[in-house]
Amino acid sequence: MSTKVRGEGPVDSRERTTVVNQGRAEAQWDIEEDRSVRAEISSPPGGGIIGKGLRKVEGASKAIGRAIYADDITRPGMLHGKILRSPHAHARIKGIDVSDALALEGVEAVITGADLPGKYGIIPWTHDETALAQEKVLFVGDEVAAVAAIDEDTANAALRLIKVEYEVLEAIYDPQEALANADNKINEFAKRGNITKRVALDFGDVDAALEASACVVEEDYFFCGNTHAPIEPHCTVAEFEPRSRNGQGQLTVWSSTQIPHYLHRELSRVLGLSPSRVRVIQPVLGGAFGGKSDPFSLEFCAAKLAMTTGRPVKFLFTREEVFYAHRGRHPMEMKFEVGCDNMGKIKGVRSQILIDGGAYASYGLVTAYYSGQLLTGPYHFPNYAFDSTRVYTNKPPCGPKRGHGSVQPRFAFEVALDEVATQLGIDPVEIRRLNYQGESTQTVNGQRITSNGFDMCLDSVEKASDWKKRHGKLPRGKGLGIVGSMYISGTNYPIYPNTMPQAAIQLQLDRSGKVTVFTGASDIGQGSDSVVAYIVCEELGCELEDVRVVAADTDLCPVDLGAYSSRVTFMIGNACIDAAKKLRKKIQEAVGEFWELPPKQVALAGGFALHIKDTGRSIPLREAFQLAESKFGTLGSVGSYNTPKLGGDYRGGTIGASPAYSFTAHVAEVDVDEETGIIEVNKIWVAHDCGRALNPVLVEGQMEGSAYMGFAEAFMEEHVFYEEGIPAGLHKGPSLLDYRIPTSEDTPELEALIVESFDPEGPYGAKEAGEGPLHPSIPAIANAVYDAVGIRLRRMPFSPSSVLRLLNEQEG
Amino acid sequence: MLRLPVFEHHSPVGIDAALELLGEFSRRDEAVKVIAGGTDLVPNMKHEIETPQHVVSLKHLGLEGVEREGNEIVIGAMTSLESLLKDPLVEEFLPALRQAVREIAGPQLRVMGTIGGNVCLNTRCLYINQTYFWRSSLGFCIKKDGDVCHVVKGGKRCVAAASNDSALPLMLYGAQLVLRKLGQERIVALRDFYTKDGVNNREIEPDEILTQIRVPIPDQSVSCGFEKLRVRKAIDFPLLNAAVLIDRNADGMVERAEMVIGTLGPRPKLVSIKASQLGGVLDDDLITKLARKARSGNKPLTSIATDPQWRRDMIPVLIKRILKRF
Repeated sequence: MSTKVRGEGPVDSRERTTVVNQGRAEAQWDIEEDRSVRAEISSPPGGGIIGKGLRKVEGASKAIGRAIYADDITRPGMLHGKILRSPHAHARIKGIDVSDALALEGVEAVITGADLPGKYGIIPWTHDETALAQEKVLFVGDEVAAVAAIDEDTANAALRLIKVEYEVLEAIYDPQEALANADNKINEFAKRGNITKRVALDFGDVDAALEASACVVEEDYFFCGNTHAPIEPHCTVAEFEPRSRNGQGQLTVWSSTQIPHYLHRELSRVLGLSPSRVRVIQPVLGGAFGGKSDPFSLEFCAAKLAMTTGRPVKFLFTREEVFYAHRGRHPMEMKFEVGCDNMGKIKGVRSQILIDGGAYASYGLVTAYYSGQLLTGPYHFPNYAFDSTRVYTNKPPCGPKRGHGSVQPRFAFEVALDEVATQLGIDPVEIRRLNYQGESTQTVNGQRITSNGFDMCLDSVEKASDWKKRHGKLPRGKGLGIVGSMYISGTNYPIYPNTMPQAAIQLQLDRSGKVTVFTGASDIGQGSDSVVAYIVCEELGCELEDVRVVAADTDLCPVDLGAYSSRVTFMIGNACIDAAKKLRKKIQEAVGEFWELPPKQVALAGGFALHIKDTGRSIPLREAFQLAESKFGTLGSVGSYNTPKLGGDYRGGTIGASPAYSFTAHVAEVDVDEETGIIEVNKIWVAHDCGRALNPVLVEGQMEGSAYMGFAEAFMEEHVFYEEGIPAGLHKGPSLLDYRIPTSEDTPELEALIVESFDPEGPYGAKEAGEGPLHPSIPAIANAVYDAVGIRLRRMPFSPSSVLRLLNEQEG
Repeated sequence: MLRLPVFEHHSPVGIDAALELLGEFSRRDEAVKVIAGGTDLVPNMKHEIETPQHVVSLKHLGLEGVEREGNEIVIGAMTSLESLLKDPLVEEFLPALRQAVREIAGPQLRVMGTIGGNVCLNTRCLYINQTYFWRSSLGFCIKKDGDVCHVVKGGKRCVAAASNDSALPLMLYGAQLVLRKLGQERIVALRDFYTKDGVNNREIEPDEILTQIRVPIPDQSVSCGFEKLRVRKAIDFPLLNAAVLIDRNADGMVERAEMVIGTLGPRPKLVSIKASQLGGVLDDDLITKLARKARSGNKPLTSIATDPQWRRDMIPVLIKRILKRF
């Protein structure tokens, strides 16, 4: 194997950080070792809601078609907007003539880059994009101009009347070439060549560790890109009321976003409006998966055109445009070295990763960190080093997709670890069990591990798949593969540095018996509206039907940072418990006073206040609320959550530092057709440590959905722009016919096995479940294919032709 | 969502009214397309591959249904694919057609899609079944709006692929098409219906309507089967498809063997094997021989976005899989 990576200069000392072997530092926080004791500590108060498979609060409205998505919103006098996109992958704009477009009847306004020059980007340190191209276009589909007209057809017709003169520039699609051609700068923002971000961190002495290893596997791996493909395309409606005193007006933007708060900030900055004059509302969302967690061009264009024309403006992306908006999974070229002693204990791990970023940074700075920082569990790495570089290329920008930044290295590492096991003759489950890092520990890169149920996850999938009797013993063509992983439950890195809460809740109790929850959290289908409603019911004893959730409206709700990094249940859950407990105490006090009992003897459950002793005393909750309102005045409360201080004491040490980590293990079972190269995945067993399942049905849905998405990435979903027969720079098939999402016919049987480790800091012990369970899917399938036919799949996707090629090499 | 270009929609009642209307547009030299289920035409219109001025619906012409007339199964062109699947005559006499129809699209699309529409399916290509924007970025091609071929560099003839599954078994069964225009009816063998021109690979005039597909009931001694290669188990168009028919005498000796391979080019490729090359029973040797024969001379193109070498290697695999079932 060649080890040289991508002819780059030495890392400057500013970027390379060496953290001298921290080893397994003693836990510095207070955690009970006994899991049963901990379960008591974080138990729900007895409302009888937590742990039940209740319906989602918005489920019925979605099922009967009542839910209001962004595209369902129509405003009086509303115009329709469309965006003109670049047909070139890299070109300089010499001139734009919009006069014919403006002259078309029904066209109200046309804007170009000159109208929206403000730079933005989700990460405050990488503001490298604009709503419309300024001087250059950077990929096929990059935004050039926008039109508002009386209807969509008129707007589309106007686009074809805009004349743009381009000077076509040499485009770079390959990340290696982007590194090599430092002089051909794709995005002017890049300080050095075409590099968005390089992160190189050393922990311990990897050279010595690999030297001393009995077995070192050193291989190259490739993860092709893919995208989120939410069923709802991006949509924004903007309305501007110019009526206010100082003339600034009030902007309202309804948008299919999963980050209303960050969008609020960016709109205000780019449009030059005070944030107090901007309102962002997230309607019901038809899927996001990380694909709606950047501010997007259409949001600025809709707002600007609404301000220009004085009329509401709607933009709805076509499916093709969703592919160009992208922000999906980064392609990564990865080199891994994994060294173990002769018993299979990991001694050292090193990776070098080249990340293909596309035209803009998006979350790329974080991606570069996550590609290394999130690998240090569930196994103990005594020595570890990674060197990740994200480069710009002339393709749609990559960003965060479910399992941001860490799905790719997890694939590479787990296939390598499997290879170590094979070489040492150790069972693949055993090697993972042997290296389990345990609970209440610290990783080599300084991350605090609290609860850790990975050992239980391994036991669970091993047993359910009948691993011991079947692995290595099935007839040729059939095989089983195992993989473990970990993921964050949010991070203490709040995108823009601030010390305010990351999540907050406001509750309002009504004398009718109703509770209204104001939450800034974004429900993107994962169930955050439901989670806050469950928690309120658990704490206040009310029934689900009596809780209203008002969410993701920046005028009405306290700030929540958004639905990303699997932070929502953990953070908004804790904020909600905080707020609800305050009201609970008041109600108990008021009812206790009324019954002449200590408040602690008042229970709230099932719509009643009850005496916990079997005296039969009870009153409807409505009356209890009224007693409390009489005693304390109008009833409301706020609650918030912020992370404790976390992370290693080095630059970037807080990126990937999470208050709690989730853990997963998969076993995949495959059938390989050696005549066609087609791999059939029969079943995936998914064991996931979610801390505590607040609603097991929702947790299972996330586990199965994640495993499904990983399976889809392994075989079908190809967000590709260059390969034999495909013209460079053009998306191979920006449609849901050609970008294939598996149908129910294709999907393997998925068995979700919930593991609960009861996290000391999670809401009732809960941790994340939405992203972690995706990670093992792809390598588990690869490892199962090895068990079936003895070939190692190190490149994605696992196409039949590549499988046949490997099988032929095996014969030869 | 992509918008449809502006067109005029007509919904005549009865075949005569429809033929009148088509004749009228033809005389006026105005571009017209007939629409059956629309599952092919509508996306093609959204992609501006088809830009008719008039669209004439075949919905109210009474062209649905499957009947037996003497020794023929007569299939109305507007019969939906889903109802063909449930038809007892098709199940009994034309099992390979049923296999093929089962593999077309998915359940919802088969409810809309018709057998006539599938027989008349437009050819498909990676470079043409894309939006106007995508095609304009690449540069337009021979099939629509341009004069180059992106598949065969320097090619002057469009090589977009016939992608209809039902055509393959129907060709082997010897199906005939009934085509009507104003004051005229003609019958064409399906084997002669397709041409080598990917721009329009069907010998049908814009003012003609395919009304019936007439299929002779095969002898008891005939075996016919179909196989399709695709990425997903539903929805997808074929990466490759094939049908095989053999006829055996009372002793089990193969007397006739024919194969059709689809998705290679504009015309499904018919491979006939001379009787002299057959002889003997359908054993592994003959299966291998037929499979090899199917592979030779067929070079899949990059018109389908899949490794062409792999597609070529799959031709004998599909043929073998069909023959092993006989």
